[in-house]
Amino acid sequence: MEKRITLPLTREMARTIKSGDACLLSGVIYTARDAAHKRLVELVESGKPLPFDIKDATIYYVGPTPAKPGQVIGSAGPTTSYRMDAYSPILIREGETGMIGKGKRGSEVISAMKEYGAVYFAAIGGAGALLSSCIKSAEIVCYEDLGAEAVRRLVVEDLPVVAVIDSEGGNLYETGVSAYLDSLKS
Amino acid sequence: MREIKADIITERIAELCVAANCVLPCDIKSRIEDARSKEPWHTAQGILDKIIENYGIAERDNVPICQDTGVCCVFLKIGQEVHIDGDLRAAVDEGVRRGYGEGYLRKSVVKDPLRRVNTGDNTPAMLYTEIVPGDKIELTVAPKGFGSENMSKLAMLKPSDGIEGVKAFILQTVKDAGPNPCPPIVVGVGIGGTFDKAAYLAKKALMRSTDVRNSDEFYAELEAEMLEKINSLGIGPQGLGGRTTALAVNIEWMPTHIAGLPVAVNINCHVTRHRTLVI
Repeated sequence: MEKRITLPLTREMARTIKSGDACLLSGVIYTARDAAHKRLVELVESGKPLPFDIKDATIYYVGPTPAKPGQVIGSAGPTTSYRMDAYSPILIREGETGMIGKGKRGSEVISAMKEYGAVYFAAIGGAGALLSSCIKSAEIVCYEDLGAEAVRRLVVEDLPVVAVIDSEGGNLYETGVSAYLDSLKS
Repeated sequence: MREIKADIITERIAELCVAANCVLPCDIKSRIEDARSKEPWHTAQGILDKIIENYGIAERDNVPICQDTGVCCVFLKIGQEVHIDGDLRAAVDEGVRRGYGEGYLRKSVVKDPLRRVNTGDNTPAMLYTEIVPGDKIELTVAPKGFGSENMSKLAMLKPSDGIEGVKAFILQTVKDAGPNPCPPIVVGVGIGGTFDKAAYLAKKALMRSTDVRNSDEFYAELEAEMLEKINSLGIGPQGLGGRTTALAVNIEWMPTHIAGLPVAVNINCHVTRHRTLVI
């Protein structure tokens, strides 16, 4: 049974989500990939304000295809998350509570998630056509020069994700594989 | 000598870019549906169902299967009796520019690997040309996503490492990649040649239909064995556990030096796209 979650996600709420929870996210999320993360972290490090409120925010690692006429957004599945590992601990410290991507995360990200209270969700990589149907509006917030990599504000409805790493360090990439392999032994 | 106008190549490349990105090849669909029917793990079944639903939507609505519409790999087999009227390189890039522009595909290429400014039109294509007998040109367009490309590896093994060394390297590469390249994956392997030829063979292996096994029985058996071994790792769809880690292992090989055993593993995601036509 899926957990329905309305965003923004407070740190307290983030701590209640457990690795393995299938979730449907609704509300506002922001998009950012490598290039946007670099700029956001540069702002933080120079003490300047961020272009959107990072407190309790969820960031989706996605660079969508251009919208066709009549579409809200093009195909919009997750990109591989480890490329954001250098930046995520800083954004988590600043208030980010949710990350949506796919693939493994580094130990520094997981430490920051435990310390501050944040969740790492995975969406199905390569299911961009399906996932875009959950996006109800999309507008560019900043960094339009980055094209697909610009920061967008999305309103999503029942975006299907799985909590892979939780705020206690539980990791479905490890437990999911071992549970399957154990099932073969019994 | 047969003359083919470069403009024709441009038009065909543009069409192939859109078709390749929106319609998954039949063999890959069959592999995924077959894997779904054999998948015992509940989570994995659910993910495979979503993957099947996704490529159905993409085909029906003519939208990209995945938002990473890739760097555009273009393979040309040019008959030696063909004369191309016009600039071939420019014609290919113009085809990519048109296909990615008119097809609403993502522009994912930066002009310079270190200064990283987007070229804005997904050019240049990664162009591979081969001169073959005949008076035709075979065009293959293969958009390559980088989630899986980044998980690819090459090793210069020693001859003494032998077949066991090759097997261990393939398996370790898939293990290290884990959930990152969007499993279920297709594994392209190149064995032999030189440092660069091994990598090229691995990429070329991904162009072969997964319905076709290596014509050399020894390598066909190695493909089957490695698929079985990879699907015993438990990584599963999206790395969340399950049987279906790979859909196929395709191996290409060529002669090499007495001192060497180059092996390259080029990983592709479940959105293994390529389209071919002949002019």
